[in-house]
Amino acid sequence: MTTEILGVIATYGITLLLAWPLARYIVKIFRGERTWSDFMAPLERLFFKISGINPHEEMNWKQHMKAMLTINLVWFVYAFFALMFQDKLPLNPDGNPGQSADLAFNTAISFVVNCNLQHYSGETGVTYFTQLFVLAFLQFVSAATGIAALVVVFKAMKEKTTTQLGNFWDIFLKTITRILLPISIVIALIFIFNGMPASFAGKDTLVTMQGDTVNVSRGPVAGFVAIKHLGTNGGGFFGANSAHPLENVNYVTWMTEMVAQVVIPIAMVFALGMFIQRKKFAYVIFGIMTIGMICLLIPSMQQEMAGNPEIAKMGIHQATGAMEGKEVRFGPAATGYWSTVTTIISTGSVCGWHDSTMPLTGLMQLLGMMLNCFYGGCGVGILNYYIYIIIAVFISGLMVGRTPEFMGHKLEAREVKIAALITLLSPFLILAGTALSSWVLSHHPDINWAVKPSAWLNNPGYHGFSEMLYEYTSANANNGSGFEGLGDGNIFWNVSTGFVLILGRFLPIIGPVAIAGLMASKKYVPESAGTLRTDSLTFGAMTFAVIVILTALAYFPALALGPIAEYFSL
Amino acid sequence: MKKYLWPSIKLTLLLVIVLGGLYPLFLAAVAKLAPGKGDGVTVTHNGRVVGYENIAQKFTDDKYFQPRPSTVDYNAASSGGSNKSAGNPDYLKTVQARIDTFMVHNPGVKKEDIPAELVTASASGLDPHLSPEAAYVQIPRVARLRGIPADRLKQLVDANTKPPVLGVLGVATVNVLKLNIALDDLK
Repeated sequence: MTTEILGVIATYGITLLLAWPLARYIVKIFRGERTWSDFMAPLERLFFKISGINPHEEMNWKQHMKAMLTINLVWFVYAFFALMFQDKLPLNPDGNPGQSADLAFNTAISFVVNCNLQHYSGETGVTYFTQLFVLAFLQFVSAATGIAALVVVFKAMKEKTTTQLGNFWDIFLKTITRILLPISIVIALIFIFNGMPASFAGKDTLVTMQGDTVNVSRGPVAGFVAIKHLGTNGGGFFGANSAHPLENVNYVTWMTEMVAQVVIPIAMVFALGMFIQRKKFAYVIFGIMTIGMICLLIPSMQQEMAGNPEIAKMGIHQATGAMEGKEVRFGPAATGYWSTVTTIISTGSVCGWHDSTMPLTGLMQLLGMMLNCFYGGCGVGILNYYIYIIIAVFISGLMVGRTPEFMGHKLEAREVKIAALITLLSPFLILAGTALSSWVLSHHPDINWAVKPSAWLNNPGYHGFSEMLYEYTSANANNGSGFEGLGDGNIFWNVSTGFVLILGRFLPIIGPVAIAGLMASKKYVPESAGTLRTDSLTFGAMTFAVIVILTALAYFPALALGPIAEYFSL
Repeated sequence: MKKYLWPSIKLTLLLVIVLGGLYPLFLAAVAKLAPGKGDGVTVTHNGRVVGYENIAQKFTDDKYFQPRPSTVDYNAASSGGSNKSAGNPDYLKTVQARIDTFMVHNPGVKKEDIPAELVTASASGLDPHLSPEAAYVQIPRVARLRGIPADRLKQLVDANTKPPVLGVLGVATVNVLKLNIALDDLK
């Protein structure tokens, strides 16, 4: 038990040790300073030349967002058709079929928006072609999209008055060539030398010790799993995601995957402070985010290590904790830690099934995704936190009766309206979606979909409701994990969560970029004695309070019907 | 947006080639030097490949150590868990039935000594490991059926136990397939 907790602490410690130098490196790249990776520059120039892009052309925030949306649309169209016709494309050694239109729609959107709802199973629902050329490709570029949007906000916060916020293509491509690709290769090599498959060999057939004939799915797993975590996408190569013993081989690969998924989100917080030269501002943000994570983490680990009270009633002593849906080589403490991290940073990969975790752990997972800003996904985590900062600045301004200022610019009605709308969007999508699915389930249980509504829920009672709530929460947060018992492989879930995914991705990116862009174009107001200090602990606590109050107000009723009621019924 | 369309398409094509093609090809080439040559690590016994080191397999015979319950019947063509919630009444009946079955096959074992992992399904359905305790609890049964002294089997389990990383991080595990091969090789 002690070694389990030590393993978790060591993993977090390693993450911090790596995040610091990574942040310095990231800042150098986006300031255009010299780094060891400059040997990639000729390749980047070649790509820009062929694509007809001038990487030195400065863009304003609207041009950034137009370029971002255009290339995302191209990816969606490409992914949608490739998935539908994957049976006719090469690299399909297992003879898997093409996806139906609604499933391809959901899968394409899901990976374009850096999510991984995955209403299919990796062994049978996709081919090696689509795994690599579509899904792994999207895991790179969708992460780079989030980081590129964040760097625009960094630039806007740094400058006194400007509309020139760098070049989208330049930031985007460098994120891939300088950050994501080299680190992914290092991570993949660690996996490969721990025995994770990486070849193109198809399914193996063999006769076991006792004479059963079984199959073993394999494939180019290692590279996929590296970017899956580094880019905080989380989409599994196999159905069981990172619980699969070929996708997460041992405790060393567990630690590597764990570090990989949270290292960029933490590094981006440090990078923020270095880039805009306000380190204290970033430390306070980091502190609040870490406190938030710990508040979710401790109950999760405690609940999983304590075991299932219903099984305890049967007279079983659960020395190894609640083991349903968990793997022995990770254990409950590590699985609890993973479940917290994967939900706060929108990875959505799992090393044990969330559906089978204890009710309070499920509550923490849901909260992690509803908050979605404690470290958060690649780039987008800080964008979400930025919205809360704006709200906190606004409320603080009201309290002291001054026009609020942030980073030397006046915060006015337009920016606050955008922030308020983005804040309201998440509860609207999550709660309206859950209400719609609950209504369909209770009023039309026998509609002839691939999975009838009456067969959607894998568990009765409060937990069944949580399965639906979880799915929309996960879609809105672009998280991708699920209470996977839910029968989501049908047109209702594919389409409804598809739209939640799009709205839950692009509006929370465009909103903060717009606010930052608008603010940066305003007249610079030098700091004075009356300026609200946003790098103080007081302001950090204020932001934390805003986050907690907004989340509690929006979600408490739904959570009371789901995991909280389940907890009291056990 | 029209202005950005062609650059987007061209850049996408180039990146698809590098990230979707060259990146995994490079890794597949390097993997030739790694354990299992990138095809997954297999286990050979008496000159025959009997399984993958990390994929659980079924042992129905009581003479062998048994792995954790699987929802995919130990066939790695697919993977997954039960996704049953903690308080689901049907699920709790399944667990109770597993406990009862275990008690029948392992007479003399006290209920509170059964580790939870032996009566709960793993996440992947392919979990190749047990904790040392879950192997120990099966020793009396295997010892009786094979006529091997229990302390000899305990030594065997301990020899097949992989300690936590560096002795302090994570959990100790016993690979069931390797343990059973070692068991067959005892004679």
